[in-house]
Amino acid sequence: MVIETASAGETQDLGYRIGKSLKPKDVVALFGTLGAGKTTLVQGIARALDIVELVTSPTFVLINEYQGLYPLYHIDLYRLDDLSQIDELGIAEYFTRDGITLIEWAEKMGRMLPRHVKEIKIEYLDDHKRKFITNFDF
Amino acid sequence: MLILAIESSCDETSAAVVRDGDEVLSNVIASQIEFHRKYGGIVPEVASRKHIEVINPIIKEALDKASIGFKDLDAVAVTYGPGLVGSLLVGVCAAKAIAYSLNIPLIGVNHLEGHIYANFLAQITNPKYQIPNNSQITNPNIQTLEFPFISLIVSGGHTMIVEVKDFGKYKTLGQTRDDAAGEAFDKVARFLKLGFPGGPVIDKMAKEGNPKAVEFKRPMMEPEFGYDFSFSGIKTAVVNYVMRKMGGTDLPAGRQGTLVSGETHLSDLVASFQQAVVDTLVEKTIKAVTDNNIKTVCLAGGVSANSQLRAQIKARGEEEGLTVIIPPLEYTTDNAAMIGCAGYHRLKAGHPSDLSIKPIAGLKL
Repeated sequence: MVIETASAGETQDLGYRIGKSLKPKDVVALFGTLGAGKTTLVQGIARALDIVELVTSPTFVLINEYQGLYPLYHIDLYRLDDLSQIDELGIAEYFTRDGITLIEWAEKMGRMLPRHVKEIKIEYLDDHKRKFITNFDF
Repeated sequence: MLILAIESSCDETSAAVVRDGDEVLSNVIASQIEFHRKYGGIVPEVASRKHIEVINPIIKEALDKASIGFKDLDAVAVTYGPGLVGSLLVGVCAAKAIAYSLNIPLIGVNHLEGHIYANFLAQITNPKYQIPNNSQITNPNIQTLEFPFISLIVSGGHTMIVEVKDFGKYKTLGQTRDDAAGEAFDKVARFLKLGFPGGPVIDKMAKEGNPKAVEFKRPMMEPEFGYDFSFSGIKTAVVNYVMRKMGGTDLPAGRQGTLVSGETHLSDLVASFQQAVVDTLVEKTIKAVTDNNIKTVCLAGGVSANSQLRAQIKARGEEEGLTVIIPPLEYTTDNAAMIGCAGYHRLKAGHPSDLSIKPIAGLKL
């Protein structure tokens, strides 16, 4: 699917719609440059999962876990540059758990991403507008 | 009472000996910045391995500099969160081993609490402990820091405004809803290809720029957001600005630095970004202080080393008739002395930890 949003608010609403379609064991990979709107989208997804806690950037700690309708594992690979680092973190273990895994900067995982991964590519159009391209329906 | 303190929550390994809570006999810090520079950020696996390599020598050095041995210790304090689990584990294991073998209390300390207590640290009194070009660090604040006070804790992983009512009594008034302020500095610096760590690089470059050159919106200043922060948006605004200047929508890798510096002054952009972050931090903090009728405000955490933040909060605070406490630079970054100070007060309040204590990555204040 290809969807354009015109504001951060619309991006959050899109996240909410996507979040409502997710099921345990889903792995969602987010692709997009700095400032693309990944955080905003994830906040919308978290809202759909009834997560009341603030969903903050996991860049510093790499992985944040939240409890909602299902557990949400929010992973950020921004700091990591080589695959062995990612391997050692044990990220693949999250894919088999009964929760939803969201990976920011997923391009860094390359072929380590599972086959059934749900991809969301975010393209920058202008200051407010973003284009979202997914390989799944919601 | 002599406390050995250990801190390894992120990329600094530190051990300190603190007497009676505020007298620092030694404070040894091994920074890993050089190892992480090439990655443009902290790599957890590298961090925990480096901690393992240096933890024992660092502890020995801390004891030597304080001219004491293990047998002189009364307790061991250690950071058990928040931070990177692999890194925390190294310090916690070392502390447990020492506490167990000497049969002395173990005190688990919250890293954020440690940052707040950095403001209580008095001068370094041991003449054997010498810092290059600054043989005696004096902290003139020790007389004036009185409860209650408001602390702005601001670092690479945290941005929060905390009301400190008494030793160990905290109320979080506001925090970041997305990125930490230090993280925004790091990400913007990395985006502009300025290097790592981003804070000091931007601080230095901003001194040469015009902070009013680019108008960035101060985020979440509307009353409904209270004392909460958001720094993801400022970061995006910098990206937007650069993209707009380039007239394109995609940023070719490796060209950021040259393009920005070619068309606008990179230092102006950086100064404007820093000013937006600092304005937000300072105004929210001052508002929290005056709204709660508190008279004292103090800074804590790595970003409190930022010269603009230090100058501005002091100026604004004094304008409001407040006492503004700024910790010595030595104690703004991660260090074990502050953990020793916090640990002392925890122990005094009767809260030693069990030997089964575990590191907690997301430990709350």
